[in-house]
This record gives sequence, C-alpha cells and structure tokens, in this order.
Amino acid sequence: MAPGPPGPDGRPAAPRRLPSVIGRDEVLHVARLARLALSEEEIEPMARELSAISGYVAAIGELDLDGVPPTSHVVEVTGRLRADEPRACLPRAVALSQAPDATDEGFLVPSPQA
Amino acid sequence: MSAELLSLSAAQAAERIAAGEVSADELFTLYRERAAADRAAGDEGLNCFTWVADGLDGAGNRDRAAPLNGVPLAVKDLFCTKGVPSQSGSKILEGYLPPYTATAVERLAGAGAPLLAKTNQDEFAMGSSTENSAFGPARNPWDRGRVPGGSSGGSAAAVAAGLAPWALGTDTGGSIRQPAALCGVVGMKPTYGSVSRYGMIAFASSLDQAGPLTRDVRDAALLLSQMVGQDPCDATSLQLPEPVALPSAERLDGVRIGVPGELTGEGIEAGVLEAFRAALEEAVSLGAELEEIELPHAPHALSAYYVLAPAEASSNLARYDGVRYGLRASEPRDLLDMYTRTRHDGFGAEVKRRVMLGTYALSSGYYDAYYGRAQRVRTKIAEDFAAAFERVALIATPTAPSVAFALGSKTGDPLAMYLNDYCTVPMSLAGIPAISIPCGYSEGLPVGLQLAGPAFSENALLDAAHALERALAFDGSRARV
Repeated sequence: MAPGPPGPDGRPAAPRRLPSVIGRDEVLHVARLARLALSEEEIEPMARELSAISGYVAAIGELDLDGVPPTSHVVEVTGRLRADEPRACLPRAVALSQAPDATDEGFLVPSPQA
Repeated sequence: MSAELLSLSAAQAAERIAAGEVSADELFTLYRERAAADRAAGDEGLNCFTWVADGLDGAGNRDRAAPLNGVPLAVKDLFCTKGVPSQSGSKILEGYLPPYTATAVERLAGAGAPLLAKTNQDEFAMGSSTENSAFGPARNPWDRGRVPGGSSGGSAAAVAAGLAPWALGTDTGGSIRQPAALCGVVGMKPTYGSVSRYGMIAFASSLDQAGPLTRDVRDAALLLSQMVGQDPCDATSLQLPEPVALPSAERLDGVRIGVPGELTGEGIEAGVLEAFRAALEEAVSLGAELEEIELPHAPHALSAYYVLAPAEASSNLARYDGVRYGLRASEPRDLLDMYTRTRHDGFGAEVKRRVMLGTYALSSGYYDAYYGRAQRVRTKIAEDFAAAFERVALIATPTAPSVAFALGSKTGDPLAMYLNDYCTVPMSLAGIPAISIPCGYSEGLPVGLQLAGPAFSENALLDAAHALERALAFDGSRARV
C-alpha cells in the first residue's frame, strides 16, 4: 500500500499504482494555466519528471480515506479578526519603488492586447 | 584572542559581553570579516552568503543590556530585510530591496542580535542541497565537494564553519533540520505558528516555519526564545503557552522515547542507522525508556507533501509576474507575454517543476484525486502522531537518510532529491516541533538525530536534546577553519 521508503540504491520503491503519464499536450496546457513559458527543450524533460513525480505521489490514491476530514491548518486557530480601524499602509512612492516600470501613480505594464 | 572568541558559543559570547569581558563590536567585526572573506572567495569558499554587512554602521542593536547582547545573526535570504537585498535565492527577485523587515528578524534585532549577513539557500526554499540557487551552490565545510543540505544550507554551513555565531532558517519539509544534520549543527523547527511568517518570502504557507540553526542546543533555545510570539501581521501566529526556557537537563530519567519502525529502517544508510542506534543507547544510559511505535501513514507523508507544498507554492509564486518587483522580461509583446516570459527567465528548473506540479494537482479534474486526498492523508498523519504521544513523550528518528552527498549527485533526479525529506516531512505535515542534533559520524561526516514532540512541547524537546547533546559530546570544531 505504501509507496515505500527509498530502496538500497537510493531510488524510491515502485509505487503500486502505475504512474499516470503526463504528455506534451498536458504539459503545455498546465504551463498556460501557470503563466509559464517553456522553451522547446524544457518540454520533454518536464513531461518525464512530472510523470515520475505524479506516479510516486499517486500511491495516496490507494489509501482508504473515506470519512477522513481534510486538514488545511494544523494548529487550532479560530478566525481572528483585528479591530476594523484604518491604519497606515506603505506610502505609494515606496510601494512603487521596486517596480520594473512605474509612473508616479501606479505600475506600468504593456497593453493586454498589443 | 580571535581564536578564543571563535570558540565561544553564541550564548557564551553573550554572557561574556554582558560581563564586559568581550566587546560586542569586536565580536561583530571578527564574524563580519570571516563572512566577507567567504563571500569574496566566491566558489573557492563555501558560498554561504548572498550579502554581508559593510561594517558596524547600520548593523542594528548592539546593546549590551539587550537579551542577546549584540551577538550578530546570519539570516536566510528569504527573510525580508529593509533596504538589504532579499531575493529568496531567485533570479526573479534580482535587485529587490524590501520596504520592510520580517517580524522574526525585527524581534531578534530588537533583542540585540544585529544583522551580520544573508545566507544562501535553494530558490524559494525548494530543495535539499542549496544547489538550486541563483547565487550558485553552497558547500559543506566538512567536505567542500559535498552539499550542505538545504534549503537553509547557507545558514547551516555558516554556523558549522564559524562564519556566523548563529543563524535563522526556515523549514517547510525539513529545510532547517536536514542541513543542520548534514553540517553537524543544531536546527529546530518549532510548532507551526509559534514564529511569525510576516516578511518571510512564502513557499508553502501552511507548512513554512522559521527557526534557529546554532552550534548547540542552548543557543537554539536562546535564539528561539526571542523569536516566538503572536504577531498582528500573521493571523496564523500564536502564543506558546509558556516562554522558551534555557535547557538545563542532564538526565533523561523516565522520559519515554518512541522509535517508529517506518522511519528507522529500510532506506536509511547503514552508517546513519549505526550512529542513530548508538545515540539511542546513550539516551538509555541517561535514564530514557525506548519504545517501538508505529506511524502507519508516515511512509505516505512524502507523497502528500509533494502534492500539498507544490500546490501552495504554485499559488504563492503567482505574484512573480514582472509587475511590482524584481525581474521583467525585455520587450514584451503584450501583458501575457510579459508574464510568461518573465517567469520563464526568472525561475530556475526546480521552481518551474514545482509550479507545474502544483498547478497540475490543482487543475480541473485532478483536484480531488491529488490535493483533496493529500489533505486527508495529512489528517491521518497527525492522528498517528497524536496516538503515539499517548504512549511516549518524544519520538526519535535519524534526521536525514544519508550523510552529506556529493555536489551534483542528485540534481538530475528530482525524486532522489525529495527522499532527503523522508524523515522530516511527517512532523511538518503535523505541525509539531522537532529538533536535529549532531549524534555522531558516518564516513567521517556528521549524522543528525531528530527528536519530535507534541505541539507546544518546545521546552521538553530542548531539555531532552540538551541532555543527550551533553552525553554525546559531538565535537564540531573541525569544521571551523
């Protein structure tokens, strides 16, 4: 059931479930979602590595997790709200000071459809 | 004089300064010169630092009366430091000068630890070797041909080599503990939320936690004691139920230590296991009682982690788009082209891989199978620990499956690199505190022992680590050249 600890050669033991294969088209689709340009030579290694990693992690698909609640936060903290009072924030000039391009009033970016 | 100063732990140096026997300026200058020499040496040195203070000016609080008495601090690059370069080891934040300082760094400066240097790290803390850095790889002071671990490798190497008295790191799945183990120093990840994350450049927010890397357990306690506490700027930060105390225990009488079979057998190097077992025998001779325990879901922790952490990272790293800070691709055609090429040019290979992995896991049709299930595994892992802590006070494992490995030996195989986190990730997912202390050698290189306890057990953990450290008498001076 478990994906297993690393084998004697330092490689992970093979997961029980066959690795799902992530192909070129899926890589390009995910890259678009991630707003990440990939060069031609990055695509094939990315597909191979993502397939290997997703194959390894896919072993959690075999655990019986029916009725198990998800954990998003590990230590009990109930919603904590500060008083709703205005307070100072970064001055505009300071906030703009690190931008690659800016005017006195805001960040400057290329047009969405040039 | 400088050799004697260098031999002092940070706590000892603080005591000497308080007593007026050592000058804080002299201590700062000694370490500043050592750090600057390493920075100047580039790849001929250890490449521990991304920035070193120019001099005494503007270094912050060297107040003799403050609790840390002016003992200078090295800080992982990903902590925002006002006006000081902070780029989380990434090209995409080239030239970024934060307009504010991280709460943890601010608190330590206020407590009398001035900023000495910023340390090298894996890009956005993604890595276990400090080879994924825009600044080039850091090296292990025990053997320059080997990695210092990661992602807080610069902090661990700097403390081990005596280039900084102590350092700040962050741990998401083992990034404080594993480099501490590989460099023969102490590293502690406290309970999630005990240190504010405000101003820490985010990797995976439900896991990221700051902590100390130090020469010994007492130093770790002293540094931690001044970092913790609730912060209005981090809604997940919390107050520990009691202040962090300096440890004094010399015995472990009646302390029940659980040894989980899942993390102490197959997959761990023989030499590491041998040193680990010898350290456990030492614990028994100090009065501890060992008990074999089970953490049945621990072998699944790595799988869950490599879904959850990249998923959170893909969301956190969406902010690097060339608009507000850092790099922007040259001559973009339009807005989308600027986003995609800036991220292509600015992110390194491992960061791209994790952004892709996280985006994939969160994408339509896969969310439940990956992210949803991983969150449920996280619950099972936390339940395993809760059940174990009904029977034992602490849990012991090796910190890392191997000693420091050769530079370049795992960079071509992401999964082999991820396995470095095998023993540390379960504690991260459960949010519980864990400390790594050097416990011996294998192949002449340091081996780390990890002790973990329930949430908020920092003082018990530090006490046990202190007693064991004293008995093991690991000598780290060989790495300080």
